[in-house]
Amino acid sequence: MAVAVDLALQAAQMLLVLALAPLLLGFTRKVKARLLRRRGPPVLQPYRDLLRLIRKEAVIADNASWLFRSGPYMIFAATWVAAALVPTFATGLTFSWAADLIAITALIGSARFFLALVGMDVGTSFGGIGSSREMMFASLAEPATIMIVFTVALVAGSTQLSSIANHMLDHASLRVSLGLALVALIIVAVAENARIPVDNPATHLELTMVHEAMVLEYSGRHLAMIELAAAVKLLLYVSLIACIFVPWGLAPAGASLAAYAIGLAAYVAKLLVGGFVLVLFETSIAKMRVFRVPDFIGIALMLGLLGTLLRFVSGSF
Amino acid sequence: MSPHLFDIAHMLAGGLVLLSLAMLYQDRMFGLLNVFALHAIVLSASVAWQGHIQGAPHLYITAIIALVLKAIIIPLALRRIVVRLGIHRTIETVVGVGPTMLAGMGLVALSMVVMLRATQTADPLAREDLAFALSVVLLGLLMMVTRRNAVSQIIGFMSLENGLILAATGAKGMPLVVEISIAFSVLVAFIVIGVFLFRIRERFDSVDVSALDAFRGERR
Repeated sequence: MAVAVDLALQAAQMLLVLALAPLLLGFTRKVKARLLRRRGPPVLQPYRDLLRLIRKEAVIADNASWLFRSGPYMIFAATWVAAALVPTFATGLTFSWAADLIAITALIGSARFFLALVGMDVGTSFGGIGSSREMMFASLAEPATIMIVFTVALVAGSTQLSSIANHMLDHASLRVSLGLALVALIIVAVAENARIPVDNPATHLELTMVHEAMVLEYSGRHLAMIELAAAVKLLLYVSLIACIFVPWGLAPAGASLAAYAIGLAAYVAKLLVGGFVLVLFETSIAKMRVFRVPDFIGIALMLGLLGTLLRFVSGSF
Repeated sequence: MSPHLFDIAHMLAGGLVLLSLAMLYQDRMFGLLNVFALHAIVLSASVAWQGHIQGAPHLYITAIIALVLKAIIIPLALRRIVVRLGIHRTIETVVGVGPTMLAGMGLVALSMVVMLRATQTADPLAREDLAFALSVVLLGLLMMVTRRNAVSQIIGFMSLENGLILAATGAKGMPLVVEISIAFSVLVAFIVIGVFLFRIRERFDSVDVSALDAFRGERR
């Protein structure tokens, strides 16, 4: 019985991230439109878009290989597993032993690898540009992520998200190294999700696009998979930040139903706040030139490095 | 006393280091001025917090002086100078942003290592605050070295002085007279530098200090 309940909770978590991801995307679009004094699409629009794309026929180029067909599913699967591992409303779920920060980084990295591969598969020039830019950004963003992981792990004594969240709950304190890690993680999240200073998710202008350039050849159900994966990735980063830096409200292992309900409400509130702050940041800043982006992500790398360094030099930072 | 009091003091000092690095990263004049104003605001918050922890009410006066002079008057004056002289709004750096930031990281690491070694017997929290203050000073120096524009060199000098105030308030028992005289000497220095700016600008049509080298007759 206990096993069944545990499995049900884990399944609920997996389905929750999938169900909430388009909602978060729709919410950010709506708030952004409102901030620009436009009415904006309804919050549920991303769900409708996905349904429409799934119903449509998938057009595939003649010279596309098997990679082109299977790529979207691999990207989606890797991203979904990574997002489902991050504690959202409760810690200590059945698979929380696998919710390791390094494993999550690796899953995101493999999703990006497949995305870059399928961008180049058909051989159009846009796909190639997009893939090369994505890899240029990733070559700085991934070491930055690893440095953030080191900093957090040095503070909490573990790379497992559940125990990190519990440690943060028990020993809540302001630490300089954690502050540095937070700023660095926000920069990495903005860069990884192709949000505004790095890439504009709402444009098809050839000079600026990175993510859109790679998926330009996709249509139908394949495009639906990629769009859903992008939405899940945004949710993943918001929940990651929420889980590490604001873990309040997370239900501990074996809690009562009421605790889970509180955890769920807190999680939705955190998502809304996170989405709102993201949009506020996006609307107040202009898109960067592509060649300035490495400087921007380099800041994240340096902050991560500084955080790790401070932790090593003295334990009380 | 609750450890959170010290945590917040620590966090503010760390924030100053972070803002110093942000100043190194800025390449627009007005962005730089805004970050500098923020630097001064965080400094005055930090000084006021130290006053609260140490129970030293005279530190509040220092905080107010820092807030009024450095967060309001000096940035506004610099902004007016920039507008009136029509100074180029992009900042030319001697080397690129990347190497400068790396050098900045190196300086932060250096000041941590030096300070923590040199003051092993002192109170651990004061040590780390001193280490942060030293890194703010060094980053200010680095900024003065790597910028060609005289206005951004002034900002480097002012942020250096912010580091000195941070160090002075972290250590207990700095008399108020000293702090006030430092604050006003900085203001005097600012006025003198401002006059110089106008003179340089009059003579060379630019505030790029590399124009001075040619005037001095140095071979390039």
